[in-house]
Amino acid sequence: MATRLKSVDAVLVGFGWTASILAQELTDAGLQVLAIERGKFRDTVPDFATTHIQDELKYAVRNGLFEEPARETLTFRNSTDQTALPMRHLGSFRPAAGVGGAGIHWNGQNWRFLPTDFKARTHIEQRYGRKFIPEDMTIQDWGVSYDDLEPYYDQWEYLCGISGQAGNVQGRIQPGGNPFEGPRARGYPLPPLKRSYATVLFDEAAKQVGFKPFPCAAANTSQPYKNPYGVQMGQCTYCGYCEWFACGNYSKSSPQTTILPVLLPKDNFSYRTNCEVTRVNLDSTGKRATGVTYVDVQGREFEQPAELVILCAYAQHNVHLLLLSGIGRPYDPKTNEGVTGRNYAYQITSSVNVFLNENMNPFMGAGALGQAVDEFNGDNFDHGPQGFVGGGYIALWTTGGRPILQQHGVPEGTPKWGAGWKKAMHENYLKSASLATHGSVMSYRDSYLDLDPTYRDAYGNPLLRLTFDFHDNERKMSKFVTDKAALIAKAMKPRSIKVNYREGHYSILPYETTHNTGGAAMGNDPKTSVVNRYLQCWDVSNVFVMGASVFPQNPGYNPTGTVGALTYWAADALRTKYLKNPGPLVQA
Amino acid sequence: MSKITRRDMLRTTAVAGSAAIVSWFGARAGITEADPLDPRPVASGTFSYFTVPEIAFIDAAVSRLIPADELGPGAKEAGVTFFIDQQLAGSFGRAETWYMQGPWKEGTPQQGYQLKLTPAQLYRVGIQGTDEYCRRTFNAKPFAELGAADQEKILHGLEKGEIELAGAPAKEFFDLLWQNTGEGFFADPMYGGNRDFAGWKLVGFPGPRYNYVNEIEQYGKPYTLPTVGLMGRNGSVVGRG
Repeated sequence: MATRLKSVDAVLVGFGWTASILAQELTDAGLQVLAIERGKFRDTVPDFATTHIQDELKYAVRNGLFEEPARETLTFRNSTDQTALPMRHLGSFRPAAGVGGAGIHWNGQNWRFLPTDFKARTHIEQRYGRKFIPEDMTIQDWGVSYDDLEPYYDQWEYLCGISGQAGNVQGRIQPGGNPFEGPRARGYPLPPLKRSYATVLFDEAAKQVGFKPFPCAAANTSQPYKNPYGVQMGQCTYCGYCEWFACGNYSKSSPQTTILPVLLPKDNFSYRTNCEVTRVNLDSTGKRATGVTYVDVQGREFEQPAELVILCAYAQHNVHLLLLSGIGRPYDPKTNEGVTGRNYAYQITSSVNVFLNENMNPFMGAGALGQAVDEFNGDNFDHGPQGFVGGGYIALWTTGGRPILQQHGVPEGTPKWGAGWKKAMHENYLKSASLATHGSVMSYRDSYLDLDPTYRDAYGNPLLRLTFDFHDNERKMSKFVTDKAALIAKAMKPRSIKVNYREGHYSILPYETTHNTGGAAMGNDPKTSVVNRYLQCWDVSNVFVMGASVFPQNPGYNPTGTVGALTYWAADALRTKYLKNPGPLVQA
Repeated sequence: MSKITRRDMLRTTAVAGSAAIVSWFGARAGITEADPLDPRPVASGTFSYFTVPEIAFIDAAVSRLIPADELGPGAKEAGVTFFIDQQLAGSFGRAETWYMQGPWKEGTPQQGYQLKLTPAQLYRVGIQGTDEYCRRTFNAKPFAELGAADQEKILHGLEKGEIELAGAPAKEFFDLLWQNTGEGFFADPMYGGNRDFAGWKLVGFPGPRYNYVNEIEQYGKPYTLPTVGLMGRNGSVVGRG
């Protein structure tokens, strides 16, 4: 029997980025807030010290900061005619575990989505006609506009101390920035990072072929920074250990470096670690949550009552919890009805390796040190002749040169191992770089999440089941953008290039990206969305869902900037609307 | 990784036999972090998992995968065999963080690893199967006693899945061996491989240095400071103290 605990005003499931923002905002509003985190507590001191965090084997290869499939995983299949099998070790994506969540191990590549991304269906139908969208593509408008979110993007970027060059301030295009971005109220809080040699060569080459390159916005601080909460960050040292690692230098934006120093001392905030929430409990009407049930590290079960339940776990875990708790009708691909688990999406990436004549020193870098072009993202170009929807950015990132996983490979025709491989590694490690394409994935009728009929997790609950494959639309788009990347690569005057298209079926390994989205889509219609425009569940109005699980489809950018903006947007709605008058914020 | 627990010890003992008992006493004597994934000095040469014939097999295989030549030491000289041994004796070898519940089914290539074997077990049956194949094919000789050209042929056969092994798919065994060989050649020397920074010096990686603020805009110039590891300029391995 679960032990019943004393009620709190708000319980947050998970203690990463979105929970930290909400905890800070809701405690400011006077609420008693509790965060329940499945992983452990960690902080810059002592856990991230540079004397041991720069360990590629432990963190990047053996997944030191991530969830353990032994405890929580999912099953996967490409299509409904296959039997889904468990993801036995991490591969294609790596969800975080522990306080700070993915904010600890991310690269810090920070983007805003395009204004047209938020009204995807309406915009595409208006510009290209209804028939342009394939019948099985289930994309929809978000229910929130870029203009709605702009102040909250701004709030997020000033929380993090983003380094970058604005491209559009209040409608005025800024030289050297991304001319395609939506208008922003003001520039970034910090100037761009220093550039690596490879990004300089990319910049020159991209201009030469007629594109408008710009420095990528980075949650790595180009200078010391104090954020509006009064939390101080230090200047990035370009050590090259961002993604998969924690920052020991207070230079990568994370809950620990931007919020926790002011949140943790508050009397009306508390957290519990090593506790896994297994249910959102509902009352007998099914329309009101009474709190959550969780299991601690000793296997003891607790019932935590709360007035407000906010799901702040990783995208697919939020969906898992909704399905286990019976919130929202589960999606059924046969009838195309139901909402929970609907519109799962991912991203499609590819790369072009360039082998150059000069020394690039790839090990000097930062997670978001990059130069990009955005000509082929979203609807920044005419899709009419192309016959596909979506797009992606092309960037040259210099994130580091960790030699086990991060070298840029060897030229075409090199043996896979042996003396020839060794010689090629010797000749190319210092003199190579990679261009990446980062492409959108639309949502489809047959891409979804539900509960697995066979496999169970460490708590005896059915695993989440992922059914997903790339569609022709994404393959066509990725090929198109990759060919543009190859154009830039060739203009860098390399000895040779190697083009790595993304072909064939989606695979659960090797690693591609941890940008899983959907399953709890937001929107204006309760028939096709789990949450309304304020991220509030249509069916259970005192449950809110944060994070990329609410994306109705996945645009061609890294998601974290938009996850942060949506969290501040929802926090504002909670503070100014919901708390004054608890109940549905939008009438169904 | 967390501090060693009695449960971990029992598990280690079950897999690794007597060698693990030594570290049990080591742990009691004050070494609290006994998992090979934790940064700590390891006494090279004190193998924990591989048997003597298995050591000979891995020495031979990694010598073909990354051979010693005029560019410098190969994987064997860099301590990769010992590195793999230590990994297999620890949480990685036991698949401790992997989902290892049945039912077990063969999946599509896109569904990834679906063997019931842990990495340590896959090595054991992979080595055994390959040696049996070699004995049948090459006049009763195990892999380690073959000439370099024949060893390369066998490794290609495993890699392409053309050789049938009893007990494990050859390709899965090869893929894991190649993955771990690369890890051992390029991981920080404190894990027992990359001895004297052999892998890092081959490619020109200076190690995990902290600060390149003054160098990153020196375009095209070589970085000249000496190689360091997390444990300093020696990088490797001192006694267990």
